[in-house]
Amino acid sequence: MSTLPNQLSDITNHFGPHLNFSHGVRLETGVEPDKIVETHCCFCGQQCGIKLKVKDNTVIGFEPWEDFPFNKGMLCPKGVKRYLQGEHPDRLTTALERDPASPGGFRSMPYQQAIERVASEIARIQSSYGNDAFGILSGASLTIEKAYLMGKFARVALKTPFIDYNGRLCMVSAAAGNKKAFGIDRAANPWNDILGAEVVWISGANVAECAPITTNYVWQARERGAKIIVVDPRITPIARTCDLFLPIKPGRDIALFNGILHLMIENDWLDHDFIEQNTVGFEALAEHVKQWTPRQTAEVTGISERAIRQAAELWGTAKTSFLLHARGIEHHSHGVQNVLGAINIVLASGRIGRENCGYATITGQGNGQGGREHGQKCDQLPGARDISNPEHRAFIADIWGIDEKELPGAGVDAYELIRKIDSGEIKGLLSLCFNPMVSLPDNNFVRQALEKLEFYVAIDFFLNETAHYADIVLPGSLHEEDEGIVTQIEGRVIKINQAVDPPGEARQDWRIIQDIAKALGRERGFTFGSPREMLDELRVASKGGVADYSGITYEKIERQGGVFWPCPSDDHKGTERLFEPGSWNPVAKGAGPFYFPDGKARFNVAPYTPPAEDVDDEYPIILTTGRVVSQFLSGTQTRRIGPLVNQYPEPLIEMHPQLAERLGIKDGDLATAESRRGTITLQAHVVTTIRPDTVFIPYHWPGKKSANQLTISAQDPISKIPEYKVCAVRVRKA
Amino acid sequence: MMEFFIDPNRCIGCQSCVQACGECDTHKGHPMIHLEYVDRAHSVQTAPVVCMHCDQPTCAEVCPADAIKRTEDGVVQSARKPRCIACSNCVLACPFGVPKMQAEFNLMMKCDMCYDRTSAGKKPMCATVCPSGALFFGTREEIEKLRPRSTPVNQFRFGQQTITTKVNLMTPKTARVEYVDVAAAMNEQTIGKEITFNILTNLSDNEEAKR
Repeated sequence: MSTLPNQLSDITNHFGPHLNFSHGVRLETGVEPDKIVETHCCFCGQQCGIKLKVKDNTVIGFEPWEDFPFNKGMLCPKGVKRYLQGEHPDRLTTALERDPASPGGFRSMPYQQAIERVASEIARIQSSYGNDAFGILSGASLTIEKAYLMGKFARVALKTPFIDYNGRLCMVSAAAGNKKAFGIDRAANPWNDILGAEVVWISGANVAECAPITTNYVWQARERGAKIIVVDPRITPIARTCDLFLPIKPGRDIALFNGILHLMIENDWLDHDFIEQNTVGFEALAEHVKQWTPRQTAEVTGISERAIRQAAELWGTAKTSFLLHARGIEHHSHGVQNVLGAINIVLASGRIGRENCGYATITGQGNGQGGREHGQKCDQLPGARDISNPEHRAFIADIWGIDEKELPGAGVDAYELIRKIDSGEIKGLLSLCFNPMVSLPDNNFVRQALEKLEFYVAIDFFLNETAHYADIVLPGSLHEEDEGIVTQIEGRVIKINQAVDPPGEARQDWRIIQDIAKALGRERGFTFGSPREMLDELRVASKGGVADYSGITYEKIERQGGVFWPCPSDDHKGTERLFEPGSWNPVAKGAGPFYFPDGKARFNVAPYTPPAEDVDDEYPIILTTGRVVSQFLSGTQTRRIGPLVNQYPEPLIEMHPQLAERLGIKDGDLATAESRRGTITLQAHVVTTIRPDTVFIPYHWPGKKSANQLTISAQDPISKIPEYKVCAVRVRKA
Repeated sequence: MMEFFIDPNRCIGCQSCVQACGECDTHKGHPMIHLEYVDRAHSVQTAPVVCMHCDQPTCAEVCPADAIKRTEDGVVQSARKPRCIACSNCVLACPFGVPKMQAEFNLMMKCDMCYDRTSAGKKPMCATVCPSGALFFGTREEIEKLRPRSTPVNQFRFGQQTITTKVNLMTPKTARVEYVDVAAAMNEQTIGKEITFNILTNLSDNEEAKR
């Protein structure tokens, strides 16, 4: 039984979120730290360099790390205050067992006893229902070593195919689109290529709030004369000073990209040589976009024909450019098609694989890139290998010392895994670094599924909202309590350095996983003594794969300020820019710069389809969701950091005054938004910076403040990303 | 010489400066930066304000207790605790609205340009962390190279008073006022409000002319 062990208020009284502010030694002036540790931020995919000041095994503050090349000391407010997650009153320092009689619904138990209980429950479930009855949800904020271990643990120790990760909610549409078009999934360029671009096209990326340091790159390009095009239903801070703002109706991005390509063809703004020599599939695509006249594009996208023509002219006639996109185009039931649409206009321009000619998705999570390469994704093995490919399976099985036949096949995506729990197929769950009660869409369904689990073990450093449903909670480690590598937004592999030791009985997540393996009697292959040992095995496991890390070492990262993968040998310095003319890769083997046997990139016909749930008379308003700068993802950390919470304490529902007037709502009024799945009542924020047909709610909060009560669990058929960015709601004054 | 430059055009309102200001050793836990929305109902524009460090500081001139001192290198400091009588004259008189009366301590406190850092050759906290370049600390040569479209201004006129400051404000060389409305470039024209489409006026208008 995994219902809540106690009243929610009782659980949160004991386990938070409570707000931590600086006090004690953290407020004292003139304190000499024992040491200063160069490491990186624990939050987003930019992985800004930061120096942590450590005194008596506590992070007491930070110093900007001005020598780190990506951010040069810059930080967003989350990075500045991240140290307040340490020494936090909510920190889990012992293992917990669900116990409705105890205050807060959980009681402390000895760590080893908890491990034994977890192992016996896993064994019981797997022997009663089969190995496949146990599932794992993992996360993309984990280091690569841990992500690698999770994939291996699922397949080798638990012998279950059912592992997936929260990158499913984040980067998978971009990953799938990139693989279809380029044969590889990585930002094609280092961010320095933004600086020299004549046009920077930003689609569905609230850069200033979700990747704040990237703002400086974009605006530095503008100082040099670049034109900035921003496509978004809201005027975000990056849009405020752009040269052309295209206020797209949520869910219509493919139509825009197809319309832009139509105009590029009509005006012959094409790089014919590049298309001829480096791509396949242009003719079919050209035929398909004939229907996307500016008029038709305007009708569908809700952007004026004139603005569409201006965008096409700016993009079409540029000599250099950089196209960036993020969750705004990816969180859709046709997210992969949106990404392919974006890539099509890049390929048609021929502006890729050269200095100042670039393309990238802005990866969201800390290790969003690296976390999706080495095997915690349901269909993947280390080195971005394919779990259904016999050669790949044999290669990895050999490294893991198992028979290829023992290696499970592809599992299912994170949401499907929840559905399998609901249907009773999966009876037991282990989660690490994933808080689906906040982060998955239609979370009333998620709760219903969790309640059906026979056994659920959560590993976390705070009791997140999903862990409320756990039978056992194991106290894991904070970012600053472990070391390992992470691949950031540009494809640059960086090193997280340990600053402090975990408190009490808390310990590094990889130790916990190995302790479970040992208690299960499946210790073989899980006796790593350090992250370095795991990296050494991963280097071998990734060798020869597309995501080749074999030449990456902690020492090389430190020496070079990071190493861009692929880095296939010890004497290789890494690959900053992909697809350079004449470059070699293990798939094309010299035939061309792209990762297909013929070395050519693929144009893909990206047909337009409307969102899964379009507006109608009953639910006439579009709901779109996203982030605010002071919070991160499901807020397990940031909702506990006082200064960040004070900055934006609660979600607001953002709406245009024209809509507000029609609904009789004034700024500051309580407004109720209702979808077919749930209802939410929040304060209205009436601003002219959003389309009048759309409302926006940030998603970082749980329970009654959770935007994901309303969102739809429709998913992209290829990437399985949920459609967070569009569903239909009705809104009234509360 | 290192100077401080504010570029409000670049501000994204993230409050990184505010959060980092509270980490500064001279006033830990008490951010001194002001960061406000200009008019959130109509724009996401925000404006950060640090102490401008005037050559002849009005705050010091109006202080009846002579509590506000300017260092030899031109940094105007928070009021001195033994002298400050918490009268708030400085708060009312500062033309930039910078000083804050900290009721908790009965003391006027304000940005001292991270004196503990800048006097030791480091950059101020806010200008180091600012992710958008709205706050910048560096040489004049650096800023000229980095911001070719803007000019640093450090003279301001308030009524009859001309104030010269240590801190510079970046102002556009060509001051074209732009206003971006979400409805301006929408296909469905909205009702009841004149929409002006004034972005990208320098680009081809052929298509519009044809229509």
